[in-house]
Amino acid sequence: MDDVAAWFLWLHRTTGVKLTIFYDAYDRTRFVEGLVTTVKLSAYCLVLSLALGAVAAWLVGSRVAVVRGAINGFIQLFRNTPPLVQLYFFYFAAGPVLPKIGGMPLLSSFGWAVVSLTLLETAFAAEIFRAGIEAVPKAMVEAAESLGYSRAQIYRKIVLPLAVRVTMPAMTNNLVNLVKTTTLAYAIAVPELVYMSAQVWSEQVNVPEMMVVLLISYVTIVGLINQFMQWLEARLRVPGFGQ
Amino acid sequence: MSAARPRLRIFAEGYVVGAGLPALGRLPVRDSAVATAARAGVGLLMVFIASVALAQVQAVTGKPSVVALLIKWTPLLATGFLFNLLISVFAMLVGTVAGVMLGFARISLAAPVRGASWIVVQFFRNAPWLVLLFFVMFLMPFELRVGGATIPFPDWIKATLGLALPIMANMAEIVRGAVQSIPTAQWEAARSLAFSRRQTLWKIILPQCVKRMLPPWMNWYAILTMATTLASIVGVSEVMTLTGRITNAEGRTDLLIPIYSYVLLWFFAYCYPIARWTKRLEARYAER
Repeated sequence: MDDVAAWFLWLHRTTGVKLTIFYDAYDRTRFVEGLVTTVKLSAYCLVLSLALGAVAAWLVGSRVAVVRGAINGFIQLFRNTPPLVQLYFFYFAAGPVLPKIGGMPLLSSFGWAVVSLTLLETAFAAEIFRAGIEAVPKAMVEAAESLGYSRAQIYRKIVLPLAVRVTMPAMTNNLVNLVKTTTLAYAIAVPELVYMSAQVWSEQVNVPEMMVVLLISYVTIVGLINQFMQWLEARLRVPGFGQ
Repeated sequence: MSAARPRLRIFAEGYVVGAGLPALGRLPVRDSAVATAARAGVGLLMVFIASVALAQVQAVTGKPSVVALLIKWTPLLATGFLFNLLISVFAMLVGTVAGVMLGFARISLAAPVRGASWIVVQFFRNAPWLVLLFFVMFLMPFELRVGGATIPFPDWIKATLGLALPIMANMAEIVRGAVQSIPTAQWEAARSLAFSRRQTLWKIILPQCVKRMLPPWMNWYAILTMATTLASIVGVSEVMTLTGRITNAEGRTDLLIPIYSYVLLWFFAYCYPIARWTKRLEARYAER
């Protein structure tokens, strides 16, 4: 670690390339904190949106027209309005309306970012899940029925495992989009990667260097996600299904 | 449910298009497109009207009502929104032209060109839009001197270019996907008729690709239009910036929910028909 710091310090002295995050402890801490916040934000939104998306996909097949309509309305609403405006709506408009507990707002900017991005991602996840469920051949469900499986068993043991595999590529894209969308939280001062980098570059005046670091960071994160999902997809592959 | 099941159609560029709602005209009327649009729009309208109504009820006498404020600021918001649309059209134009060229590079016969363009595409597809926007805003000069002439780059032009970058990369993937989806036999047939590679591409392959590229292209236009609000973060006076300024100037907390849902409604009214139209085209082309 010291060697790395020394090298970047040397780089700064000889070439003027100022990558303080590698040798300045304070800047490094800020950058790492930003990275952790980005990962945390993505993880919370991912887990919540997968759960809510599964529920929404189930409700959208409901026999009650009102439920179906409401869920469809929700999905179209969040898909066809700008994510940034949604975020502003929640943080600036809905935020002040909520009651305060002990003088503190109920939700921090991080909390609102989780709420806003989760709803957005839920809309996308619900569509993906539904498409996945619909992609399972009807004959397979009928075959399971003739073997005496109950409805719940069919859903759990036949439809869901196949649907998960079919939706894998779409889910990868969705996850990548989620990570990219977390950058919007910058606008409501969530201390994520872009926000922390902006703090560093406004103090150290090393905009080009930090920009390159930021871009490389995100492209790396997305690359890792893609690699992992490809591995997972290969692991879960069922021969003869879903090519 | 005996209705036809839509196939899962995933385009390379990142969003599932046409995966959700079944094709038009295949489902009972109660699930029709108009009904869905109405529901989504009505949901938003309800938030809007309820918040306006609530604000009206709580209004203090002697101050202008929320409705009056919204009407007063509508022309300004409209100019802001038009500016967003202007940015989206320019960015789409630049992104499409650059993307088609990059797409040709992706299917080039020369391996180094293919490899280099692959890196460019991956980079701009995987970087967040906001970061690319920052990149262009901060690192592009505000004016360029060519000889004696000075070409200025105002903020909104830079934002437009920043937004065009991801469109370019995704367009390249659309072009590549579409060209590769045309059967190889067509290339071979063209070659046996003594068409050159360029002629084959322009006169035989691309005309067939247009139909396949149109739905994802429109989908990206809708995404881009929604992304133009990012320009407010880097200081371009578009509709979000103006909304922020209006709420600051009025200093009315009861105006917040009405005005933000008002802006959401505008975007929805613009983007939803595009999404709907995209799905219809997709369904029509898929049937053939």
